[in-house]
Amino acid sequence: MAPLTWYLGLSALLFTIGAVGVFIKRNAITIFLCIELMLNAVNLALVSLSSFFGDIGGQLFVFIVMTVAAAEAAVGLAIIISIYRNRESLNVDEVDNLKL
Amino acid sequence: MRGETILFVVFAVLALVTALNVLVQRNPLYSALSLIGTLASLSAVYMTLRAQFIAAVQIVVYAGAIMVLFVFVIMLLNVPKDQPQVEKQKGLRYLAIPFAGLLIAETFTVLQRLPARSMPPLPASGGDQAVGTTWSIGTALFTDYLLPFEVTSVLILMAVVGAMVLARREND
Amino acid sequence: MTALLLEWTIKIAVLLGVLMTAVAYLTLLERKFMSWIQLRVGPDRVGYWGLLQPVADGIKMIFKEDIIPLEANRAVYLAAPAIALIAALMSMIVIPYGSQVNVFGRVIDLHVTRMNVGVLYVLALTSLGVYGFVLAGWASNNKYSLLGGLRSSAQMISYELAFGLSMVSVLLYTGTLDLASIAEGQSGWYGLKWNIVQFPLMFVFVVFYIAALAETNRTPFDLPEADSELVAGYHTEYSSMKFVMFQVAEYLNLITSSSIATTLFLGGWNGPFVDRFPLLGLVYFGVKVLALILLAMWIRYTVPRFRYDQLMRFGWKVLLPIAIINIVITATILLLRS
Repeated sequence: MAPLTWYLGLSALLFTIGAVGVFIKRNAITIFLCIELMLNAVNLALVSLSSFFGDIGGQLFVFIVMTVAAAEAAVGLAIIISIYRNRESLNVDEVDNLKL
Repeated sequence: MRGETILFVVFAVLALVTALNVLVQRNPLYSALSLIGTLASLSAVYMTLRAQFIAAVQIVVYAGAIMVLFVFVIMLLNVPKDQPQVEKQKGLRYLAIPFAGLLIAETFTVLQRLPARSMPPLPASGGDQAVGTTWSIGTALFTDYLLPFEVTSVLILMAVVGAMVLARREND
Repeated sequence: MTALLLEWTIKIAVLLGVLMTAVAYLTLLERKFMSWIQLRVGPDRVGYWGLLQPVADGIKMIFKEDIIPLEANRAVYLAAPAIALIAALMSMIVIPYGSQVNVFGRVIDLHVTRMNVGVLYVLALTSLGVYGFVLAGWASNNKYSLLGGLRSSAQMISYELAFGLSMVSVLLYTGTLDLASIAEGQSGWYGLKWNIVQFPLMFVFVVFYIAALAETNRTPFDLPEADSELVAGYHTEYSSMKFVMFQVAEYLNLITSSSIATTLFLGGWNGPFVDRFPLLGLVYFGVKVLALILLAMWIRYTVPRFRYDQLMRFGWKVLLPIAIINIVITATILLLRS
């Protein structure tokens, strides 16, 4: 059985990769994919802690997080579709109408 | 026990490789497909943690529904590949790697100090109701955690209505 | 440990062999059945009674020219039929084909593996099977394929909901997600314990079967791939063995859905004298699956096709509410009984 630190280390690495992706990428959909990656890293941390401490609350939290992620993906992609219809481009550098 | 460790290592490496591939690919569809690979590897890692219900639900909900939604949107919008030469603030992307290194270093210093802990053993009988089985999640969901469950249903209703309103074409 | 590995290997090899032969001869059965319904004879030139027809078809398909469109996305184009086939095949390992046999003093369960989240595993693989079709449509670089693939996968996703929710009623009634336990729970009482005869579950079988027909893209829900519509949908640009993979995946999906319907509703491998001769369980299972497959084929050659908007409306506005109401009714009945 792999020790707890390995699972938490994997979670940290995945979270970092997701965070780097949010910084580097400029396509709105790819940024959204990296956000989902970060959510999954957190899910992994929650499930591993739940299993190692014998508390079901962690896995229930993951269940709720997955549901919220689904809702957020639906609304977020609807917003992205609206932006694309208005601007014909998905580059987040060009969505800067509120800039002075 | 060695078998489970080997399985964890294999799927952890697979998850990391596919996650890096999400960043590396220029075409958003390949990034989405790599993310599906990451989600599937994570589902296998959940299985090694004896969280069977979450592993199955991860594939049904995340890889089977959310990612299908992403793939549909990418195909319908015909998203073009990333073009690095039209960036506005090129210097900022090189800041990401040192910050990432800093974040990883911080987490690993914290993890070094954690006391070693191994998983609690499986109960001799009644393994059907251990933590991680559907029974345990079901009973907890409908007794202790009933309020989040009901609130989540309202949240999903809001998301459905919101997505339909936002994505509708303004014909008139 | 090695005995276990050997057991798994033999079971998987036997299962693969039986499934591939079954798929090949299902094509012949389909054509023969279609021809009887349409009052003609069907293929009977190749071999006695047409029994070598699948062999002839296979050889023909191998020798066809393998065309890959020039602008097609090669990796995804080649992977898509494989994804469809893998998702269809992997569902067969959790289905119980019989109870237990005694071979050389070793008790062998007649299922490849026993998962205590078996039903969720099947649902997960159904969800993953959608990717084969949507990626095939996109990778062909052909607008008809893209539209056909998107329509086909939108249809599959919509009917997945009714498919899953109709299974929830059965799960409420039996109290377990394990397919082997569900089959065992329907033993005895001369068939009166089969789930299809229980009061709250008889209507769910209809919902489940219709949703399963729509999931596997069979008529009357096969608009996205019918020959006279949208050219041929997502498999327009596929030729030779990749096309065969899609057809095999479609028939395998039909076998899988029928097997799950048999396990959940018709009592799986149960039947008369099955406790004395466990191998009879295999025969009963085969007969029940064959009956459901023939029912699907019968519907195909009798009922006209749905238009796409009618199909989506039916899935969302009719089947889904019926499945949900059935869950409420089943839960109420179970509460009143206890």
